Amino acid sequence: MNSLFEYLLRLGDDSLILGHRLSEWCGHGPILEEDIAMTNISLDFIGQTTTILELAGQVEGKGRTNDDLAFLRFDKEYRNLLLVEQPNTDFGFTMMRQFLFDAYRKPLFEALMKSNNKQLAAIAEKSLKETKYHLRHSSEWVIRLGDGTEESHSRIQESLDTLWRYTGELFFSNEVDAELTESGVLPDMSGIEAEWKQTVDEVFAMATLTIPESPWKFEGGRIGKHSEHLGYILTELQYMQRAYPNMEW
Amino acid sequence: MKEQDIAILEQKFQEKIDNDIKIEPNDWMPDAYRNTLIRQISQHAHSEIVGMLPEGNWITRAPNLRRKAVLLAKVQDEAGHGLYLYSATETLGADREQTIDDLHSGVAKYSSIFNYPTLSWADMGAVGWLVDGAAIMNQVPLCRCSYGPYARAMVRVCKEESFHQRQGFEIMMKLAAGTPEQKEMAQDALNRFWWPAIMMFGPNDAESKHTAQSMKWKIKRHTNDELRQQFIDVTVPQAELIGLTIPDPLLKFNEATGHYEHGPIDWDEFWEVVKGNGPCNKDRVDARRKAKENGLWVRQAALAHAEKKKLRKQAS
Repeated sequence: MNSLFEYLLRLGDDSLILGHRLSEWCGHGPILEEDIAMTNISLDFIGQTTTILELAGQVEGKGRTNDDLAFLRFDKEYRNLLLVEQPNTDFGFTMMRQFLFDAYRKPLFEALMKSNNKQLAAIAEKSLKETKYHLRHSSEWVIRLGDGTEESHSRIQESLDTLWRYTGELFFSNEVDAELTESGVLPDMSGIEAEWKQTVDEVFAMATLTIPESPWKFEGGRIGKHSEHLGYILTELQYMQRAYPNMEW
Repeated sequence: MKEQDIAILEQKFQEKIDNDIKIEPNDWMPDAYRNTLIRQISQHAHSEIVGMLPEGNWITRAPNLRRKAVLLAKVQDEAGHGLYLYSATETLGADREQTIDDLHSGVAKYSSIFNYPTLSWADMGAVGWLVDGAAIMNQVPLCRCSYGPYARAMVRVCKEESFHQRQGFEIMMKLAAGTPEQKEMAQDALNRFWWPAIMMFGPNDAESKHTAQSMKWKIKRHTNDELRQQFIDVTVPQAELIGLTIPDPLLKFNEATGHYEHGPIDWDEFWEVVKGNGPCNKDRVDARRKAKENGLWVRQAALAHAEKKKLRKQAS
């Protein structure tokens, strides 16, 4: 297995699938300003996907482009987190999903900036700027909705109760991570989980939200075992490439 | 105010307009001028917002990453245009939420073109090329509109629209030069969007009830038919360049006038769609209404949080 390729797919697929989910909001946001914000964040994710999967294709060395990787793999070849493929449900659910992810992505990119792979470090540096803005945006909404009205509080608490089970996977680690750590591509990642937990605790305190006690932790996305949702995402995402193969657009 | 005073104000107002001096929000203006602008600018804003839907329809199915990113950026621009334009109506004293409710209740109109469905990827090309192309024809003269905030908003809007038009044409160019299936997809999109696009300029001059007054106020600089002609003259050679056929068997170039002559426009269809009987009128307005209804709890929460924050700040 090519560990760096595998790792880049995780990063690229998280961006691709979450960008896809956010883009589903386009034209349907609760206020115009948020419609613009979600589309803009989606655009950042598609931009990240473009550079990350391009690098993945080079690392793999089989001549696959970023589009080949984004559009022409089967579901079990995608390496995104289960968290990012969960459906939008409502605006609060979307913001909670986003917050849990952004709070993880920020320390992750901060760490990856120290990678001995210069291209990966450069991608992390550029993406970090975007991620900081995304995190500010999603934190503010989690706080607003948690602290807002009785209805918004109960809705966003329910979103947290549903999504919490997918957060264990954020810190998934296997032989890919071990090998990349050994070779210095991955710097020390040990502080990421603690930083994530700190951000989450701080924001939830302000939002008056309670972390559920359920011990259930779902994982599988990182090794290609996805939820039922991914198949439908790919059906749309890949529609043109599958229906009209080998054409240029 | 006495009638005589109003007459003097009106005269001064018209003098300003005749001398190309911009009217600004705090200047005196006749009620009819204000109401015409509110109607026109809010209609324009609604068109931008409703216009996000037919293109948003293809974002999740865009054929590659580049096209997806460009389409996202374009639709986001439209939302931004809507935002400036709603703000411009607010400078005239309109209430944004009321304006939006008028759209949802059917009182306010938006461009009929968005009541046609986008059925294939090529429609993203046709919409950018033809719909944004027609919008530019309408909007470039608006950069010189007598009302300052509208004119200034249009300068920025036009820059972005021009990028939209080019990206649409580029999609069509690529398809037209592609496989037979792609070329057919492009031709089919042109067939469906051509007539609705040239209807975008509105009824013939003789039928247009607002044109004369709007031209006197320099809100409008050219008539509907002039703009339509300009659009056809520019667009027909573009279609020829990429090998697509305009779906109008009567279309011909008149050497003497230097203009294209076109076949009759189906105005019955136009008025039916305006009245709400287009293929997607209900879907579009329902989608917007649903977005507002589903977002109610979010807006209430944001207000409640802001209020609590204020009180906490005062208490500390």
